[in-house]
Amino acid sequence: MKRVVVTGLGCVTPIGNTVETFRESLYAGRTGIAPFDLSVIPGALSPDPGIRYKTTAKVKDFNPTQNPEQLLSSSFILTSELGAQFGIIAARQAVAHSGLLQHHDPAGIAIVTGCSCGGRGADEDANRNLYLRNARVPPTAIIRTMASSGTSNIAIENGITGPTLNIATACASGTHAIGLAFQMVRAGMVPAAIAGGYEAPLTYGFLRAWDSMRVVSPTSCRPFSADRDGMTLGEGAAMLILEPLDAALARGARIYAEIVGFGMSADAHHVTQPRAEGAALAMRRALKDAAASGVDVAAHCVGYINAHGTGTQTNDAVEAAAIHQVFGEAASRIPVGATKSLTGHSIGAAGAIEALATVLALDAASLPHTAGITQIDPKLELDVLIGEPRPLAPEKDLALSNSLAFGGLNAVLALRRYTSWPEGGCPIACPELAEGSRS
Amino acid sequence: MNDIESRIIELVAKSKNLPPSDVHIDTTFEELQIDSLDKINLSFAVEEMFSIEIPDDNLNSLKTVGDVVRGVETLLAAAPPKAATS
Repeated sequence: MKRVVVTGLGCVTPIGNTVETFRESLYAGRTGIAPFDLSVIPGALSPDPGIRYKTTAKVKDFNPTQNPEQLLSSSFILTSELGAQFGIIAARQAVAHSGLLQHHDPAGIAIVTGCSCGGRGADEDANRNLYLRNARVPPTAIIRTMASSGTSNIAIENGITGPTLNIATACASGTHAIGLAFQMVRAGMVPAAIAGGYEAPLTYGFLRAWDSMRVVSPTSCRPFSADRDGMTLGEGAAMLILEPLDAALARGARIYAEIVGFGMSADAHHVTQPRAEGAALAMRRALKDAAASGVDVAAHCVGYINAHGTGTQTNDAVEAAAIHQVFGEAASRIPVGATKSLTGHSIGAAGAIEALATVLALDAASLPHTAGITQIDPKLELDVLIGEPRPLAPEKDLALSNSLAFGGLNAVLALRRYTSWPEGGCPIACPELAEGSRS
Repeated sequence: MNDIESRIIELVAKSKNLPPSDVHIDTTFEELQIDSLDKINLSFAVEEMFSIEIPDDNLNSLKTVGDVVRGVETLLAAAPPKAATS
């Protein structure tokens, strides 16, 4: 099996529309969560009689007909909704950043994306006009609502003809996409992959539906805080370029991190009530897979968990329980952070944005803190990152990025800081994980 | 330039993200890189704008902006829209 490294990055997010601005906001703890304006949301009643929350995490300054670095042709504009456009631009950044197309045959490159909601804006516009005034449905409603429209347009923009697909597993879509692409590159099935997620679900119907679910924070998402009161909805995209280590070294590519494992599971329990055993199973499988990649897991203790961390009472408690199940006595000493405190929850894109944050953290050997926490929930017994970034312990350079979706579908990536260490990793022994992983 | 012509030129220009000054009555769809999907979408917009229905046969024969203008004029003459007769 090949070692798989990340050699390119791109993003459009509520905290930055380039990797550089995203990184700055990530380490400054600058949140993208802000009050939303219903008057600019198509079809919305303003003021709305019912929505109990006031904030979302929206992408700012995105204009694909005006901004030079975001320009999309009329064909792309015609055939894609906002979320897909985020994805096309994030992929464009990652491809340019990595020099992917100068070094790999586009006939073989894979594209694997996560998008769960599809083009909700086009769908809601068409249906509102149809049902309210029997208006005709525009032909573009078909292609704009496809969840895979961004995936197709990424292939078209880059002339890539390899395996290309979109995965829709709700809040885990982006992580499943990167995990599957990782497996394809590791197995030698493809020479490289563009992998990530995109989503722009902040339509009126979606906002109202989430309000009815009663899981959205009336204030702001603050994962693992004792007074947390729910999630905050977001949007955006992130894309990673994955390629084998030997190819990256041969072409002198900048390597940001290594992906070493991927674990998946289903709770098989309930569509909205998560179960710790399911999340724990996915984490264990990611660690076991890392060992299968040739990583000596015992020598690479987990030094960071980028949690799913939605900020709901239930998710955070269940995720904490799962971390304790996997790591046992060591669990309370593993630094845990939640990117959603800055970016909100962008559903199909969330896992990709959080994988990007994890890659940047490993690259900088600096763990970003979680914003908004008033007091860490003592019942969780976790070492939650707050206040300011914390150095990654050199002997604990393995990270997990968790995604635990509605429907009980779990996906976990295992990544590690890239070094020039030989196969098998660094020689520093760390018995904690070995002990904890058997629990 | 009559009203129908200017409205169609504006519609075509907008669909291709071009200034209207770049689109003329004799501009071809090929020059504008209007593909089959663009044509379907443009036809839908024209039908909505003029309250007409463009038959499939006519759609296939459209090659220039002028073809669209003349086609709309013909369809309007045959069946004036409600807005024009009320």
